[in-house]
Amino acid sequence: MIPAAFDYARAESAEEAISLIGQHGDESKFLAGGHSLLPLMKLRLAQPTVLIDIGRLTDLSYIREDGDVIAIGAMTRHMDVENSDLLAQHVPLLAHAASHVGDPQVRHRGTIGGSICHSDSASDLPATTLALGATYVAQGPNGTREIAAGDFYQGFLTTALAADELLTEIRVPKMNGAGWSFQKFNRRAQDWAIVGVAAWRRNGDSGIGLVNMGSVPILASGVSEALSSGASIEDAAAQAPEGCDPTADLNASIEYREHLARVLTRRALEEASSS
Amino acid sequence: MTIIDDLVTDNEAASEGSIAAGNGVLGKRLLRKEDPALLTGEAVFTNDMKVPGALHLAVLRSPYAHAKIVSVDVSGALAMDGVLHAYSGADLADQWAAPMPCAWPVTDDMKNPAHFPLAATKATYVGDGVACVLATSDAIARDALEAIDVEYEPLPAVIDLEQALADDVVIHDEIGTNVSYTWPLVIEENEGDCQKAMNESAHVVKERYVQQRLIPMAMEPRAVVAIPQPYGGDMTLYSATQVPHILKVMTALTLGIPEQQMRVVCPAVGGGFGSKLNVYAEELLCVQLARTLKVPVRWNEERGENAQATIHGRAQIQDIELAADENGKITGLRVRLIGDMGAYLQLVTPGVPLLGAFLYGGVYEIPKAFDFSCTSVFTTMTPTDAYRGAGRPEATYAIEHAMDALARKMDIDPLELRRRNFIPKESFPYEAYTGLVYDSGDHDKAATVAEGMVDYAVLRERQRSQNVEGATKRLGIGVSTYFEMCGLAPSRVLASLNYSAGGWESATVRVLPTSKIQVVTGTAPHGQGHETAWSMIAADKFGVDPADVDVLHSDTAIAPLGLDTYGSRSLPVGGVAIGMACDKVIDKARKIAAHQMEANEDDLEFSGGVFSVAGSPDKEMPLAAIAFEAFTAHDLPDDVEPNLEVQVTYDPPNFSWPFGTHICVVEVDTETGHTDVLQYVAVDDCGNKVNPLIVDGQVHGGVIQGLAQALYEEAVYDSDGNLQTSGLAEYLVPAASDVPPITTGESITPSPTNPLGVKGVGEAGTIGAAPCVMNAIVDALSGLGVRDIQMPASPVKVWTAIHEAQAAPNSQENQ
Ligand SMILES: Cc1cc2nc3c(=O)[nH]c(=O)nc-3n(C[C@H](O)[C@H](O)[C@H](O)COP(=O)(O)OP(=O)(O)OC[C@H]3O[C@@H](n4cnc5c(N)ncnc54)[C@H](O)[C@@H]3O)c2cc1C
Repeated sequence: MIPAAFDYARAESAEEAISLIGQHGDESKFLAGGHSLLPLMKLRLAQPTVLIDIGRLTDLSYIREDGDVIAIGAMTRHMDVENSDLLAQHVPLLAHAASHVGDPQVRHRGTIGGSICHSDSASDLPATTLALGATYVAQGPNGTREIAAGDFYQGFLTTALAADELLTEIRVPKMNGAGWSFQKFNRRAQDWAIVGVAAWRRNGDSGIGLVNMGSVPILASGVSEALSSGASIEDAAAQAPEGCDPTADLNASIEYREHLARVLTRRALEEASSS
Repeated sequence: MTIIDDLVTDNEAASEGSIAAGNGVLGKRLLRKEDPALLTGEAVFTNDMKVPGALHLAVLRSPYAHAKIVSVDVSGALAMDGVLHAYSGADLADQWAAPMPCAWPVTDDMKNPAHFPLAATKATYVGDGVACVLATSDAIARDALEAIDVEYEPLPAVIDLEQALADDVVIHDEIGTNVSYTWPLVIEENEGDCQKAMNESAHVVKERYVQQRLIPMAMEPRAVVAIPQPYGGDMTLYSATQVPHILKVMTALTLGIPEQQMRVVCPAVGGGFGSKLNVYAEELLCVQLARTLKVPVRWNEERGENAQATIHGRAQIQDIELAADENGKITGLRVRLIGDMGAYLQLVTPGVPLLGAFLYGGVYEIPKAFDFSCTSVFTTMTPTDAYRGAGRPEATYAIEHAMDALARKMDIDPLELRRRNFIPKESFPYEAYTGLVYDSGDHDKAATVAEGMVDYAVLRERQRSQNVEGATKRLGIGVSTYFEMCGLAPSRVLASLNYSAGGWESATVRVLPTSKIQVVTGTAPHGQGHETAWSMIAADKFGVDPADVDVLHSDTAIAPLGLDTYGSRSLPVGGVAIGMACDKVIDKARKIAAHQMEANEDDLEFSGGVFSVAGSPDKEMPLAAIAFEAFTAHDLPDDVEPNLEVQVTYDPPNFSWPFGTHICVVEVDTETGHTDVLQYVAVDDCGNKVNPLIVDGQVHGGVIQGLAQALYEEAVYDSDGNLQTSGLAEYLVPAASDVPPITTGESITPSPTNPLGVKGVGEAGTIGAAPCVMNAIVDALSGLGVRDIQMPASPVKVWTAIHEAQAAPNSQENQ
């Protein structure tokens, strides 16, 4: 459990972080909470030569209201997302999903930005922010740009971020009283989901994000379309595995994952419809 | 360290079952003395030791389950800064005076391939050491492993036990077969009784159970520091081990070191569960390299290495046939085992199935129509060995799960079926069908207590109303009862099983000049709380505060005699020895007191730490005064030597026989296959309790470990023999948040075998729990046509079993 040798630099500002990563190039990586990156390094599955620590960028740790949107700084820890009054009021689904990430130790160190940039389809927050129609703000050497969650996740652990871009903010539309549900199915409380579903429903609208149903977090748009064209919850939920490409592992066969996606989507929609 | 008085929890149960004597400290729920150091980080574990000048060992492990080692080139490693030495297995082949020890040759013709700390010609499991380096830091040593070039010629892996039996691929060429031994235990009044029972009984169930491989996963992986005294030849081995005494003897023999020059010390040890009851390659490598290079050598195991290179447990296929008459009374029992030894025999590997062989009859009256046989095979996986319960959880699972199958077949309540077969209380001591004598038992009582705690009849009613057709969540109730054979053990019985050592334990009790007490024990605690419990035994005998008793252990220079801690033996063997040694010290003190008070020994009473003369209330002498007299030796009786110190070695006349009943309630989500354990009740009768708080802790931990076998844990190998569960993300050890509510119930049947009336309890919970949980799951699902599910009952397996049962043509009639 000893990583390969690497160099370390600490950034004091977002600009400095971006310039450092520009200097060190491809083999360097940002270090946020370290709870995805360091385990990979200890297993020597990742061997960056330079780590650029963004842990001190406390000005990127915030949750604030911005019109119809709640803006969350990328360095906000899962614990702060979980316990935010603002989110409890306006985006309760996200606060609740954050409370299901790993264990308390993980939630005190890990950041929402790190989780989204790591873009593990088995993680809870990428699929949840996708379901909520979030946009992500990226800052690079030439300024900032906004990327819709739907365009962000490009493949297994790859995103639309350029190597020298820093994720600075996650912008999540207010839920405006939508009913919601988060269904995380795992064997031990601290584990990643075998399958998870983040769903909200308001009048004819809905958003359903699926966790661990393919190489990227998945927006089950077929389910939403079925619902808006009047299908029953049961029938709509049956569409959940459409467009997914789940894999088999020690905890699940492909068939079982697809089955779980249907059952959990149904349960999520039932709960979202009753609240 | 002291026990802080106001931390003593004044629990109502505290005095219940205490042993009448002394100052009444026995039976109190005292907090553990050892915990403040452990909880604050003050405790020093092996890897915490600062050893100037030590070289760090790292071991290169085979990535192949089975491969010829064609060549090993360590030059790349040697060229690195900070790397001082690097060796292949062949380089070190002449360093070993003997192969690594297996102390349990269960049969005369057992096959035991020679096993050395590094493989020289062939790797036989993923994780088998093939080369090593010594460097100035652990990080450099591990980096250097990547620079060693090994050429392998891969051979087919053998991971299926029945395939191993077929010998298509023979793992150890020199023995020419994968079969290590076949060990039978046939007990029949007349030849053929067992077969007759199978042919003629009203009911027969025939079942196959798979005891999956488990990884013990102690919180602290192994760690070793070997420190030589270069010019005197003495060697001190610090190791995270459960067995310092056994390790000392075995290291001396394996490396050819004169035993008097070997000292083994265990600093704080973070759990073992049997995985540290062994003599490991890395211990021998560190000692031998330290000896030849004349520098300290240390090694620290990584978690992934711990999963691959430390022993595994369980790993058996069990075929059990149980016959019963029309009333459900057992008439015959046949068991066939295939034991998975893994790639090599470690210290007691082959003996594990034997420890279970005597317990397949459970708590029941079994006629002499019993036929057991175990055939054990080599595979290309990590060696197995004793893991919490060692053989006995496997046996209990088989009989208890088969009893439920029989109850279903007969359509009677599983608890009722058990009651019909319990050995009645009046029959104890009871000579069992195996010839072993169960010293005490009251199974009906344990069952009745557990039954009352869950309100069994009401539960069954609730189950009937919940498990209607179409119910998503089905309720299941699981019962298990068990007898445990522990407290290893009478040396003569061990001899009859071909075990190479004895089963005694040693204690030295010493009253210091200032009247403080030292207890020296041969047990080697690694989480059990012996310092607390042993000081309570002595405090009770002498009538002093447990804080005035210090317990010394786990250093062969301080406690030279001992056989260490495993097999739930420490209290019923080691603790009893302490009580006996205290009695002898008191006898000696009595002589001195009588002499000084000019009284007759027989007229002296000892209570509350004071000798007084019956009938002369003014004449008394406290232990403190006698201790000082014994020390100065100014005025002792002629036949009495100075000092108050006695050593006792106790060899128990029988095993200890704890027993109990566990009941749990589960709810199975039939849509997802998820099992929720709603309630767990454990009644474990371990005789008198020295400290009920520690007993509860042992039961809780044990239950969780058994439940983990039922629901979570499994060492999974792919068909190439790669371990797929070598980290804690894949190997599912339950965490605190996954533990259901566990309630312990009280039943105390003192052991008549030893003067303290105590029995072991370290393994009890584990033994009762796996069958209890699995019985509950099958109970929940049998209405859907599910016959059985193999452990662990993961959601995907449960879901698949429900689906298959529903798809089966006869599923309707089973509903
Ligand atoms: C035991 C354990 C259990 C866990 N369980 C769960 C779980 O159940 N559910 C779940 O969702 N997650 C789980 N996680 C993952 C956890 O949520 C991580 O904290 C999170 O995924 C990564 O956040 P981090 O801040 O730790 O990122 P890091 O590990 O520091 O970084 C992750 C990646 O993102 C990049 N990065 C980080 N921040 C930025 C940024 N602002 N801009 C650009 N790139 C960036 C890094 O370079 C790196 O490549 C678990 C982790 C552990 C260790």
